[in-house]
Amino acid sequence: MNPKLNNPSQKKSITFEYTTRMTKQLLNPDTWVDRYSDYLFNYAISRVNDAEIAKDLVQETFFAGLKSAKNFKGEAAERTWLISILKRKVIDHYRKINSQKAKSMVRITQTRDTEQRGDFMEQQVADPTSLLENSALENEELGIAIQECINKLPKKHALAFTLKTINGLSTEEVCKELNINPSNLWVIIHRARTALMDCLNTNWFKI
Amino acid sequence: MRNCRQAEIICTKIQYKEATFLEKLQIRLHLLLCRTCRAFVKKNSRLTALCDKANLKTLGLEEKERLKKKLSGKQQ
Repeated sequence: MNPKLNNPSQKKSITFEYTTRMTKQLLNPDTWVDRYSDYLFNYAISRVNDAEIAKDLVQETFFAGLKSAKNFKGEAAERTWLISILKRKVIDHYRKINSQKAKSMVRITQTRDTEQRGDFMEQQVADPTSLLENSALENEELGIAIQECINKLPKKHALAFTLKTINGLSTEEVCKELNINPSNLWVIIHRARTALMDCLNTNWFKI
Repeated sequence: MRNCRQAEIICTKIQYKEATFLEKLQIRLHLLLCRTCRAFVKKNSRLTALCDKANLKTLGLEEKERLKKKLSGKQQ
């Protein structure tokens, strides 16, 4: 065993550091939609592959969050707490569709020709040399990293950037939405992009 | 000659394909002389590529308003 771990003074210093970093978090349900809905939506969509279902899951997550707000101990950040609720909702969603499928699944396996090649589990696994799943996973992580960086931007900058880049609105539409003139918009977007590059540089990789 | 700040903003416009012909010409000239801005253009295009690759989606503005109303309704 490592003698360092048994040293009581070191243990104390670790717990001290832990408690000081854990400042009490508060919930602000009014700001949830603005701050977390896109983040949760992207997470949900990567799990269920359907925009409508993802939308419902986000809504259910917010409702469940409101309902159990009393149980929020303030140990985790708001976003982490909401994501953990969403994870449960995604699991529930798959449970529901699986229980509907169960009966037909059994019938299919019984009527299949057992002599046919590919009936064993070993022959049905995915191709291990395929890179497709890897890049899909990487893109999903990248999406979450970008979303986290967008969340760190000032509210107006974040909104301008998402409207222009992700929703692909035209300059006039964004200007009307935010009530600013085009040259202001370009300055805002430019600042947002610069901040995003710095953020991704530290959180993702060198760009 | 234009300064770097203006050049960077034109570069951002180019990422959304909204720079005018004159602006493109100006930035070409500027890039010939300025190494810092050349690096910035590279970084900026990388960011565009990353955003495309991540295939981000958002809930629309109306959708968010609807959610907000529902949430505040539930809170009371």
